[in-house]
Amino acid sequence: MSAIYKREFKSYFTSPLAYIFIVVIIYYTSRLFVNYNVMYATADVSLIYSSALQILTVIIPLLTMRLFTEEKRQKTDQCLFTAPVGLFSIVFGKFLAACTVFLCGMMIFVVYALTLYGFAGALEWILNFGNFLGLFLLGTAYIAIGLFISCMTENQVVAAILSFIVNLLMFELDTYAVQEVSNPILQSVMYNVSFYPRYAEFASGILSIPSVVFFLSIIFVFNFLTVRVLERRRWA
Amino acid sequence: MIEVKNLTKRYGAKIAVDNINFTVEDGEILGFLGPNGAGKSTTMNILTGYISSTEGQAFINGIDILEDPIKAKKFIGYLPENPPLYMDMTVKDYLNFIYQIKKVKMPKKAHIEEVCKLARISDVYNRIIKNLSKGYRQRVGIAQALIGNPPILILDEPTVGLDPKQIIEIRTLIKKLGKRHTVILSSHILSEIQSTCDRVIIINNGVIAADGKMNEITQNGGNHITARIEGTRDEVLRVIKAIPDAVSVTAEIEAEPGAYDYEIICKDDSDIRRELIKRIDSRKWTILGLKTDEITLEDVFLKITMGGDTVFTDKPKLTEKEAKERRENIESSAEAALTAMRSLNSLSESDLPEIKSEKSEKSDDTEISNEEEKSE
Repeated sequence: MSAIYKREFKSYFTSPLAYIFIVVIIYYTSRLFVNYNVMYATADVSLIYSSALQILTVIIPLLTMRLFTEEKRQKTDQCLFTAPVGLFSIVFGKFLAACTVFLCGMMIFVVYALTLYGFAGALEWILNFGNFLGLFLLGTAYIAIGLFISCMTENQVVAAILSFIVNLLMFELDTYAVQEVSNPILQSVMYNVSFYPRYAEFASGILSIPSVVFFLSIIFVFNFLTVRVLERRRWA
Repeated sequence: MIEVKNLTKRYGAKIAVDNINFTVEDGEILGFLGPNGAGKSTTMNILTGYISSTEGQAFINGIDILEDPIKAKKFIGYLPENPPLYMDMTVKDYLNFIYQIKKVKMPKKAHIEEVCKLARISDVYNRIIKNLSKGYRQRVGIAQALIGNPPILILDEPTVGLDPKQIIEIRTLIKKLGKRHTVILSSHILSEIQSTCDRVIIINNGVIAADGKMNEITQNGGNHITARIEGTRDEVLRVIKAIPDAVSVTAEIEAEPGAYDYEIICKDDSDIRRELIKRIDSRKWTILGLKTDEITLEDVFLKITMGGDTVFTDKPKLTEKEAKERRENIESSAEAALTAMRSLNSLSESDLPEIKSEKSEKSDDTEISNEEEKSE
C-alpha cells in the first residue's frame, strides 16, 4: 500500500493538479481572510471555512477524477492488478494519497489561525479545530465518493462531473428532504444521510462523535464499494 | 510450473477461451500462437490473475490463481501487450515502484541494476518514460516483469511495434531468459515463435488447435518434395500422381529448358523419393534435382487458422505473360529489399547474398489431384 500511496502522491505533484488545487483553495479563502478577518480585525474563522465548503465541492472531483480512469486509459491497471497486492491496498493507497494532497491544501487554515492568534492574541481554538475537522472529514468523504466514481468510468471529465453532482446532492440532501419530500420516513432518512447537518455540528464547535462515525462510515462504504467494483470487473 | 485445467472464459454469449488444457514445465519456453482475437491475451490475463476464468482452474506452481492470487502472483512476471508504464515517472522511479509493490526481498540497488543491465536500459535509467522510444519502453516493460526474478515470465507479444533490429534484440533476450525462467511467449509472428520457443500451442477461436514440440507440429503437416524433372510435363504429372503416397502435385513454370519443378505433397511419414526415381527412370526422363522441404510452422498455422486446406491450396493458373511479370516483380522486390538492408545495416556487398535471376520463380501452376488421376 505504501508504494501505491507514494506513487500517487508524487504523481499529483508531477502534474499541475495538486498545485492548481492548493492555489485555488488559497486564492478563494485568502480573499475572505483579508477582506473580513484582517479588515475588520475579527478572529471569527467560520466565514472562511464556509467559503471553502463551496469550492471544495467543485475542486475535490479534480483530485479524484484521474485516480482509476487514468490507470484504465494507460492500461497501467494491469501492472497493479497482476502484482501481489490486494485490491484494498490499491484503493486505500490511492485514497490516502488524495487525502494527503487535500490536507496540504487545508494547511492554509493553520496559517490563518496562527496569523489571527499572532495579531489578536486570542483565538477560539475549539471552534477552529471543529471547523478544521469538519471540513477535513467532509473533504475525505468527497474523495471516497470521487474515487468510487472514477473506477466506474474511463473518462476523466465524466468522472469529475459525476463526482461533483453526487457530492452536491449528498451535501444538500437535507434541503431537498425538507422542500421536496412529504413522506416523513424518507424525509428523516434523507436528512440523516445528508452531509450538511453533520458538518454544521463541527462548524458550531461541537465535536460530535456520531458525526465523526458517520463520515468515517461514508469513507469506509465508498472505499469498500470501489473494491467490490474492481473485483466484479475481474469476474465480468 | 503452470497447469491449466478446463479453462473457459465467456464474455456474455461470446466464448473467448473454450475449455483449454495445457501444462508448462519448469524451464520451458512455450510459444502461444494464434491470430488476433484467438484468446491468447485472455488466457494470459487469466494466468496472471488480471481477470478470472468463467470455468476451470489455473495453477501457478501448484497454487490456484483464484484461490490465493497474491501468493500465485509472486511467481509471475508479466509483460502485457501494452507495457503498463507510468509515463510521468523516470525509469528509476518506475522500477523502484515495481520493486516495492512486488515486495521483493533482494538487495534493491544491486537487483535493479542487474535487471537494467539484462534489459539493456541502464543508459536511460534516469530518463522520463514518456520521452523514451517504443523500443526502450518495451524493454522497460520487460525489466518490470523481471523485477523480483520471478520463476515464470509471461510475455504477451513482446516485439509488437518494434523495428527489425529491436525485434532481434528482444528475441535474443527472451532466449537468454529462457535459460533461467519458465517463459510463455504469445505472438502471432510465426518466425518469432519458431526461433525462440521449445514448444508451441496454436490457439484458434479460443480452442487449442495444436500443442507440441516444434518438429512434432510441423511433421504432422505432411511431407513436401520438390523435384526438377526433364520430361513432358503432362506425362510427368500423370506418373507422379499415380504414386500411392503422393497427395497432390503441382507443376511450376519451366525452371530450365524442358524441365519443370514439381511440388509434391505426400502423406505423413511417407517417403516417395525412391519410388519417384524408379518411375521417372523407367521412362528415361532425367531428375535434375530433388529436395525434401519440411512443412513450416507457417503452413501448419495457416492450415489450422484458415480451415484445413490452406497448406495444399490449388494455385490459380497463370499465363506465360503473367508468370514473366510476376518473376520480374519478385526480382525487383528482392533487389529493393537488399538495397534497403545495405543502407540500414551498412554492410559490405560481400556480406549479402547475390540476387540471382532464377527462372524457378513460381508461375504457370498446374495441379492435378491424385484422386482425379486414380479415378481415371
